[in-house]
Amino acid sequence: MDSWRGNLRVFWTLFTPGTFWLLVFFLIPLGWLFHDSFSDKISITETEFTGTLANYIRAFDTVYLQIIWKSIWISFLATTFCLLLAYPIAFGICFAPARWKPLLLLLVILPFWINLLIRTYALIAVFRSQGYLNLVLGWIGLGPFEMLYNDGAVIMGLVYVYMPFMVLPLYATIERLDRSYLEASLDLGGSQFQTFWKVTLPLTMPGIVTGIILVFIPCLGSFLTPDMLGGANAIMIGNVIERQFKYANDWPFGSALSFLLMYVTFGALALRAYYAARSKGVDV
Amino acid sequence: MPVYCPGFSARRRSLLKGLGALGVGLTFMPRLSLSEEEKKLNFYNWDTYIGETTLADFEKATGITVKMDLFADNDELFAKLKAGNPGYDVIVPTNDNLERMIKANMVMPLDLAKLPNFKNLDPVFQDAAFDPGRKHSVPYLWGTVGVGYRKSKVEGTIDSWKVLFEEPKYAGRVALLDDAKIVIGSALKYLGQSLNSTDPAVLKKVEELLIAGKKNIKVYAKDNGQDLLASGDVDLTMEYNGDILQVMTEDDDLSYVVPTEGAEMWQDCLAIPTGAPRPENAHAFINFIMDPQTEEGIAKTVQYATPNAEAKKLMDKTYIENPAIFPPAEVVAKCEPALYLGEDVTKARDEVWTRVKAA
Repeated sequence: MDSWRGNLRVFWTLFTPGTFWLLVFFLIPLGWLFHDSFSDKISITETEFTGTLANYIRAFDTVYLQIIWKSIWISFLATTFCLLLAYPIAFGICFAPARWKPLLLLLVILPFWINLLIRTYALIAVFRSQGYLNLVLGWIGLGPFEMLYNDGAVIMGLVYVYMPFMVLPLYATIERLDRSYLEASLDLGGSQFQTFWKVTLPLTMPGIVTGIILVFIPCLGSFLTPDMLGGANAIMIGNVIERQFKYANDWPFGSALSFLLMYVTFGALALRAYYAARSKGVDV
Repeated sequence: MPVYCPGFSARRRSLLKGLGALGVGLTFMPRLSLSEEEKKLNFYNWDTYIGETTLADFEKATGITVKMDLFADNDELFAKLKAGNPGYDVIVPTNDNLERMIKANMVMPLDLAKLPNFKNLDPVFQDAAFDPGRKHSVPYLWGTVGVGYRKSKVEGTIDSWKVLFEEPKYAGRVALLDDAKIVIGSALKYLGQSLNSTDPAVLKKVEELLIAGKKNIKVYAKDNGQDLLASGDVDLTMEYNGDILQVMTEDDDLSYVVPTEGAEMWQDCLAIPTGAPRPENAHAFINFIMDPQTEEGIAKTVQYATPNAEAKKLMDKTYIENPAIFPPAEVVAKCEPALYLGEDVTKARDEVWTRVKAA
């Protein structure tokens, strides 16, 4: 391939749109929030950059750390359930007859065509005390059960919403899996379980890791799901941040909390990089 | 979360539909001189908070086309205008938010000479603590935040905030609004304090009351308390009177009461945001709203209390004598409007709210 220096026009054509996008819609707003997080409120509508650390110090108050910890915990559980459910689904799609695959993949992606808020309202209609599920259970003499307005409902909502993010990367890696390895393992006397544990799982690890990241990060920042499905205790850090930009009208503190959340995310990514480096070069 | 969700009955402070506003763009026309304002008006309103024919009637009368965008709550309205007016001519802030916007120079002074219909207002609404002399706003509709409940599922008379804040009998069947200002304000009334108390010791007591009572709360409703009540998910909820009234028309078993300890009495106001491109049209529109016929049409549709004495004369008895719309005088006497208490108090209350929800 030619050096990019020889094709400046092509280089700029390809380079400009992405860079423009990154700069205008990502780096500048983020930079502004970063700037705001070191600012003081000086009036109802204005902030002034003072280099203060007060917002970050306030964010380390126990109550906020507790909420961040709870958010991590809920996101962890949601991600785990997502993985446990998505793995067999992805496997099923890969081993389905070729003519079924597009349809099955479509079914996974289909919920994305409907807005998140509407899907969450649909969940409410299904799971509330007088909802469809309790109606059906009532026919066989069970219930009604209280399934909404608790942490379990929040986790269920998150699993439902982010499941495709787990299925798709898993599907991609399982699809690329060389099936002769599985046959070799079985031929050489490995049991089904051993084959899965020692061959399939390590070979699909890149997809698993990608899926975990794609699910865990948006879970951590979610605020709509806990708002709508959670009960009296359902508060996640996303809700606190939202409130700073709305009711509390405290953008500097909201920015500081956002950055704190981002550092937690970076931590998760660093952890991933560390394990990727240890896992003998298998990576996505 | 700007989304439109169909299939929900009409109500004012609905989170859902108000958000539909965001998809709709504004026309950013160059500002013309006052004498030659184009025949347009951008109106930023709550959802389902206008008469069925109000906007069409205004166009018929003046030739001015009104484009209405919707917001879901005062925070959204404030955030949208905070960085500068994106082109709205008339907005509908609630009293304490209006007061904050006046202090931040976000609304323009009104020219009362252009509002001859102002005289139609009930004299008690011709002045206001949050806008002395009515320099920046006129009242649009008012109401209360009280207790909505299912009659067949409660015992005795419901007339106290106690049922929401510390009544073990109703544990797990109660919803509070997910709104720091209103919950803390109502708890202050329950404790016999002013809604606008800023005393840290009193606020501490409120926090303890709310945390202790949390075990009874099923959910902090995102302004859908009336849906939770109508669907039987809860039997008691804190809500705006108009929201409960709207589900009461569909279900005889529901009722609404303003607790005897008093409650927040809010007032939504019409105001012109600073930088409005068409202030002349805005004045004409505000004056038109205060016309008794127009206001009658609005009150009939939205079922909130009108501050317009002349319009009230046109309304039928079921509206005027409905205690959920116009509470008894002795209860009204105990109600208070929320005042804007400054950014530090907002911060203190927000921290209380975070601790309550995390507890």
